[in-house]
Amino acid sequence: MRALGQNSMTPSRRVQIFTTCLVEALRPAVGWAMVRTLERIGITPHVPEVQTCCGQPAYNAGAWQDARAMARHTLDTLDRSPDPVVVPSGSCTDMITHGYKELFRENPEERARSERLASRTREFSQFLSDVGAVPAERPPQRVTYHPACHLLRGVGVRGGPEQLLDSVPNLERVPLPGAEECCGFGGLFSVKLGELSSAMLKRKLDAIESTRAESVVACDLSCLTQIEGGLRRRGSKVRAQHIAEILDGGE
Amino acid sequence: MSGSPGLPDFGQRVAKALADGQLRTALNRATGRFLRLRAEGLASLPDPDASRDRARAIRAETLASLDEHLEQFADRVAEVGGHVHWAADAAGATAIVLNIAQRCGAKLVVKSKSMISEEVHLNLALERAGIRVVESDLGEYIIQLARETPSHIIAPAIHKTKEQVGELFHELLGVPYTDDPKEMTRVARAALRTVYLEADLGVSGVNFGVAENGTIAIVTNEGNASLATSAPRVHVAMMGIERIVPTLADLAVMLRVLARSATGQKASVYTDLITGPRRPGDPDGPEELHIVLLDNGRSRVLGGPSAEVLYCIRCGACLNACPVYREIGGHAYGSVYTGPIGAVLTPALEGIDKWSDLPQASSLCGACREVCPVRIDLPRLLLEGRRQAAEAGRTPLWSRLLLRAYRHVATRPWLFRLALRGSRLLTRAIARDGWLHRLPPPLSAWTATRDFPAFAERSFSMAWRAGRRR
Repeated sequence: MRALGQNSMTPSRRVQIFTTCLVEALRPAVGWAMVRTLERIGITPHVPEVQTCCGQPAYNAGAWQDARAMARHTLDTLDRSPDPVVVPSGSCTDMITHGYKELFRENPEERARSERLASRTREFSQFLSDVGAVPAERPPQRVTYHPACHLLRGVGVRGGPEQLLDSVPNLERVPLPGAEECCGFGGLFSVKLGELSSAMLKRKLDAIESTRAESVVACDLSCLTQIEGGLRRRGSKVRAQHIAEILDGGE
Repeated sequence: MSGSPGLPDFGQRVAKALADGQLRTALNRATGRFLRLRAEGLASLPDPDASRDRARAIRAETLASLDEHLEQFADRVAEVGGHVHWAADAAGATAIVLNIAQRCGAKLVVKSKSMISEEVHLNLALERAGIRVVESDLGEYIIQLARETPSHIIAPAIHKTKEQVGELFHELLGVPYTDDPKEMTRVARAALRTVYLEADLGVSGVNFGVAENGTIAIVTNEGNASLATSAPRVHVAMMGIERIVPTLADLAVMLRVLARSATGQKASVYTDLITGPRRPGDPDGPEELHIVLLDNGRSRVLGGPSAEVLYCIRCGACLNACPVYREIGGHAYGSVYTGPIGAVLTPALEGIDKWSDLPQASSLCGACREVCPVRIDLPRLLLEGRRQAAEAGRTPLWSRLLLRAYRHVATRPWLFRLALRGSRLLTRAIARDGWLHRLPPPLSAWTATRDFPAFAERSFSMAWRAGRRR
């Protein structure tokens, strides 16, 4: 893991945000929290307006033709600017940095293009670990962190988000038992095999509640949607928050 | 609950497994212990990552020129007096073994654990020919008594609690009930002892075949392979054609990561290295050694996009690490090979048409890839299986239509915005406190246990365009 402040990519004053379809549709507050967190360290984000979805849902379902069409749209969108791409999701980052190579494995030109995009794409917490974050002041809170699978084992981000959280004033982070176990989301898996997904989620929710944290934090809205949906259904008071919302100091 | 709108038959097996409390207890106990021991075992290596890289490189290099290695292996086996048989498929393999058994007039066959024999359903073929088969691996012995199939590559009876095994022994062997594993092992051992001596034929699996000298390596923790391969007059060893290592030095590398990944042991309790049948002057060993090399789809897989699955050395670590396997166990997969490796290997060997559900049985969390001793990219292979399933038209119609529609929407930003607006209006109309609690099928599978958020009042990029910041 890289220490805070060490640069693995050229620090650019400008970045483009790939918002992801879930943040776009379900929780735009994450996007704004990202914008403010980036601006606080002197980085100017811009948002390519024609962006939609990276294509992961189709890729994961085996519908590669559909996935390629969406990947091409995303490549076109993000290639309009040479700026680094910051993504508030481990799984969308994994899709862009690894999935695209596989999707375009038989087309050297598109594969090379996707590799160029991959080299300037970072997940949000990963980007902050690289350039150094300045968390905002916030009320005291006890949180626990769930490492999203695609961020942890796909992108390979381990320990960085925890370190970011530990740098937040007034924030107490308690370890999550079985932290690295999947929450059971898995995209369409959560519907195709709903009972199985729910059984996996139950373990995660039990672990979260056992920590007595007020909030569970993750770097991926997909896991958070699954976790928060489950917490709400069981009447839990525990909230589910994106790391950007924590670093932004919001309530 | 609406269950599994995507995968009806597989979904039913999953639902049955999820409802089985004893199964859950058994799986939690065993997989948790295996994982803990694995982590400790690997940590005892000076450089575990380097060992795994080396093991992977050996597998990759061997499979890149498998034909040459196989030829060399077959030649060396013949030189030391063994017989090599090539089986193109399951029927071919069972015919070969049956033929050997009948030629030597076998009435009783003792087996040590062999996944290949499970793959070709050897026991069934032998029993149909009136030959009695007794499994000597304790786990296999248990499931043979229970008339079940193995549910884990290295721990075939992992789905049973020790209490269930105690009851099984009490009922079928007529011994007083006990759930003490030591006592149960003693009971099985006593029953097996005479079988070794009376068996006319011993059938075993093979962990690795060494090309440079024709040795086969078999690892066990019970010593049953040592007896099953040496006491009967004839030994038949069954192996997949991919289980070759070039040299004894390579074998050492593989065994080192195999035992640790499987059970955390530095070495399995027994490692049998068998080079040919009994030679003049040898005090024991079989008079005949037959090695059955099974293809059964492997050479086809070798040339395709899933070739990496053949790197597998059958340690079972990916099963223990898999959150899906931990919930449903092996039987729900319906295949001989289970867990993530089974979900890739089974359709690769037997065709996606029959097994298109298996690659779907994953959240793609990647825990399998993380523990694999030879670093097989199982999530990539699961995705490859899903691609094949989709291209064969074997994914649910609703998901195909949904994704096709989503593609049309997501490649047209104006339409994407329109769809967002529509979804917002729709979800906010039916939401309570901003959340959806009940949705129609197939989405009812979500809302059975989880609320779903209504779409935001204003999407991020809409607000961004309007320059409005919260």
